[in-house]
Amino acid sequence: MAKNIKLKIDGVDVQVEDGKTVLDAARAINVHIPTLCYHEDLCVAGNCRVCVVEVTGAKALVASCAMPATDGMDVLTNSLKVRAARKNIIELLLSEHNADCTMCYKNKKCELQDLASEYKTSGEQLFIDLVPLKDYTIDNFSPSIIKDDSKCIRCQRCVRTCEELQHVSALGVAYKGDKMKISTFFENPMYDVVCTNCGQCINRCPTGSLIERNYVDEVWDAIYDEKKHVVVQTAPATRVALGEDLGFEAGHVVTGKMVSALKRVGFDSVLDTDFSADLTIMEEGTELLTRLKKALVDKDPTVKLPMATSCSPGWIKFIEHTFPEYLDNLSTCKSPQQMFGALAKTYYAKKRDIDPADIVSVSIMPCTAKKFEADRPEMRSSGYKDVDYVLTTRELARMIKQAGLDFLSLPEENYDSIMGESTGAAVIFGATGGVMEAALRTAYEIVTGREVPFENLNITPVRGMDGVKEVTVKIEGTLPDWNFLEGAELKTVTAHGLTNAKYVMERVKSGEADYHFIEIMACPGGCIGGGGQPIPTNMEIRKKRTEAIYMEDTGKPIRKSHENPEVVAIYKEFLGEPLSHKSHELLHTHYKARQRY
Amino acid sequence: MTKNKLKRIDLIFHEDCECRQVLEKTFSRSNDEIINDILESGLKGRGGAGFPTGLKWKFTAEQPADERFVICNADEGEPGTFKDREILFKVPSKVFSGMAVCAKVIGAKKGYIYLRGEYRFLLPELQKALGAFHRDIKDLIDFEIIIQMGSGAYICGEESALFESMEGKRGEPRNKPPYPTISGFKDKPTVINNVETLVYAFMICKHGPLSFKELGTSDSRGSKVFSVSGDTPIAGIYELELGMSLEHFVEEFGDGDTKAVQVGGAAGFCVPRKKLKETIIGFEGVPTGGSMKVFNSSRSMYNVLHNYLEFFEEESCGQCTPCRVGCQQLLKGIEAVKKGEKKAIYLDQLLKLSETMKLASKCGLGQSVANSFSSIVDNFREEMIY
Ligand SMILES: Cc1cc2nc3c(=O)[nH]c(=O)nc-3n(C[C@H](O)[C@H](O)[C@H](O)COP(=O)(O)O)c2cc1C
Ligand code: SF4
Repeated sequence: MAKNIKLKIDGVDVQVEDGKTVLDAARAINVHIPTLCYHEDLCVAGNCRVCVVEVTGAKALVASCAMPATDGMDVLTNSLKVRAARKNIIELLLSEHNADCTMCYKNKKCELQDLASEYKTSGEQLFIDLVPLKDYTIDNFSPSIIKDDSKCIRCQRCVRTCEELQHVSALGVAYKGDKMKISTFFENPMYDVVCTNCGQCINRCPTGSLIERNYVDEVWDAIYDEKKHVVVQTAPATRVALGEDLGFEAGHVVTGKMVSALKRVGFDSVLDTDFSADLTIMEEGTELLTRLKKALVDKDPTVKLPMATSCSPGWIKFIEHTFPEYLDNLSTCKSPQQMFGALAKTYYAKKRDIDPADIVSVSIMPCTAKKFEADRPEMRSSGYKDVDYVLTTRELARMIKQAGLDFLSLPEENYDSIMGESTGAAVIFGATGGVMEAALRTAYEIVTGREVPFENLNITPVRGMDGVKEVTVKIEGTLPDWNFLEGAELKTVTAHGLTNAKYVMERVKSGEADYHFIEIMACPGGCIGGGGQPIPTNMEIRKKRTEAIYMEDTGKPIRKSHENPEVVAIYKEFLGEPLSHKSHELLHTHYKARQRY
Repeated sequence: MTKNKLKRIDLIFHEDCECRQVLEKTFSRSNDEIINDILESGLKGRGGAGFPTGLKWKFTAEQPADERFVICNADEGEPGTFKDREILFKVPSKVFSGMAVCAKVIGAKKGYIYLRGEYRFLLPELQKALGAFHRDIKDLIDFEIIIQMGSGAYICGEESALFESMEGKRGEPRNKPPYPTISGFKDKPTVINNVETLVYAFMICKHGPLSFKELGTSDSRGSKVFSVSGDTPIAGIYELELGMSLEHFVEEFGDGDTKAVQVGGAAGFCVPRKKLKETIIGFEGVPTGGSMKVFNSSRSMYNVLHNYLEFFEEESCGQCTPCRVGCQQLLKGIEAVKKGEKKAIYLDQLLKLSETMKLASKCGLGQSVANSFSSIVDNFREEMIY
């Protein structure tokens, strides 16, 4: 589009496209206007008023994030009026905010604190401290999310996140005036409402009002406990984002350094969720083919199609609340984290000759919903809690800092064995479309004996940031066992972000779409954009992390799950075959319906 | 230019109106002619902001759209205002007729009356009158009016919060632009007018723009309905010509001991006795949505201000920082000064804060808190301290 709007910002001429805001225009010429309620991923709210600027000729100041740039505008971003107002506004926010920064989990990672450090010069509080006058509560009942209203600045980023990106609307605005606050249905605790624990709100909270429940100290305790054997697994998406919290630019792959850091931190065995991602493909791919066979050959009316992926615990909780009638359409596979957990205290324990009671199983995840998932009663098939502690990428970064490691200069190391081997198909689980692509690479080969007909195994149509990606794969040249699929068109859809998930499920429900296989990830961009990933996360950063994921895939010697030697071995030695009795016992589960509000 | 005396008018409540006849006459003219009459009359909105009504209609009519709406703002939440209630009670068909004229001009098929929650008692009679009106104009225009109830939040009288509320959402003001004439109810071009504005528009259709224009001043044409209350022996509803001085007003309505008049309710200005003479009631002086509250010397202006600030603290929608936190700070601030916990100069800090609220708040509520705050603190500073 042509840059047809000409305006002046602080005396500098700038041209922008029609539809851009004053804030966009200022950013285009590197003029910094502070913001709080603004977030690239969300609709404009214009409620914090920190970004107000003066437009010559206008009586009042205007919020630059919400004001369209118009021809001939003359904008001042740092005039006397603007500065006076901005300073007052920051002081007002501080007067309502429980600024116990040194005790706060978000200390030095807080946008309000940044503003205060830029604007505070007097050392005194300008206005009366309102915090003691309010009955602020902390909701810390959820295993994933802690909500502390005393830190809230009411920017409503979380509300917009939950509503726009996720269509969950667990968070909303309650009351008005001085009592206005962000709350839930009937002010129930977060664990008792439709919250999916996806943590997207945490990722967008500018202060310490919404944070993950952290288990850093518990994990340190386990590491220091001589009697315990602490194993750690790392999710596919953490390795392309962890660096951001430790001095690297977004999009840097830090797998080797991360492994090295984990070993130095003191984990007894550093293993890879990618291993169980490959295993997931074996189980889930077989499950899909089995369902197709039952439906097409046996004409079994009880078979549920489309089959939907079950790796994303945010998505699982969403479907439990919102589409419980489709629970049987979920793959019965546990998520890779939970498969790993169940095997760590069975297969791994046996092979390494360790009493499972002495194993502490930790996972590093880009995700806060994984914390809830690990706590589910369904997830104890080893006879113990399969995964004891889940840390987010951010928590791991904190541990690495606490350990005094200089991440930038750490050497690169390899995962331990067993359960440390993986393929390119597993690492792409971290991006939207990845499970779909990995499943197709394997399933197509099982059925036809040939590789998927895409150049270099790259199934590009399922990749990328489009919210809903429909791809049909024609199956031709089948092996004798799979003749019934000859000429069949496998209809797939891939969606990320629960708003898109809802759209897909509504199409399924109304009968508009007749998919066979659905991949859904709760978070925008898939796990690389997870709620446990470094802050900030936005479109640009999600794209960079995604590029890094596919780079990791291309660089792997093995890129198909069924060729993972450790996966081959575990079937031979322990599980038998996909969907075996043992598999069912350890690697599969069922979920239950939850209330609609 | 002040009018040199107070003049009572009998236009709005005059019971001569054959609405159907006037509508027939009006509908026989072109939209441009009607809009020109409204423009020519100089009528400005009676809901507070005083935007020229003709322009509002014109902009909405010109905005390309598949659907447009006319909305009558009957939320009447401003403390001390009760004239819309009287109008709806006494001459509802004039309100409907005003809406019908607007509908014809802008091409709306649906109109809404957003009725203040506390006025639910008016509903049965209004519905009856509306039924009769619909029957009466069926052959004249394809237009239906629907009454929608508010639920008692002051902020829902603000036009964009009102749309949100009508759409079933939380009543929070939107960013402007876009203005309602471009994107209002359901994001369609919308005329939203105060009850009284619509009736005047209809009166102008009936009597022509000139008789209206003759009244008032160049900035404030015509007459207006006032809600007079406070320390006055004759509280009530009065239709008066605009442009009179407050002194004339107090001569007529005061109790002989008037100390100040609050013009325009909590969101308006407080004018002390010594400034009554020089102050004009109208857009060039102190504008008012209709509320005129008279205070005599028995009143503590600290209490008056405290009362307004409590109102704002509670009625702010709470979304934007200057208004939500600013209201709390102004209230707690004057309390602290009164109790001696803060020095008197803290009032200057608060005045600056109120200026920030005026400049930086998202909507008219937060922007207008400074009106009463600074006019009371400036004029009655010693009452704030001692
Ligand atoms: C906080 C607030 C409350 C308002 N309440 C009312 C109201 O109760 N009635 C009304 O007509 N206008 C009210 N307004 C003004 C409306 O936003 C709008 O300007 C008006 O309805 C336009 O009509 P008019 O042009 O006929 O005056 C309010 C404005 C604000 C900021
Ligand atoms: S000024 Fe007050 S009422 Fe208006 S949007 Fe801001 S908080 Fe809400």
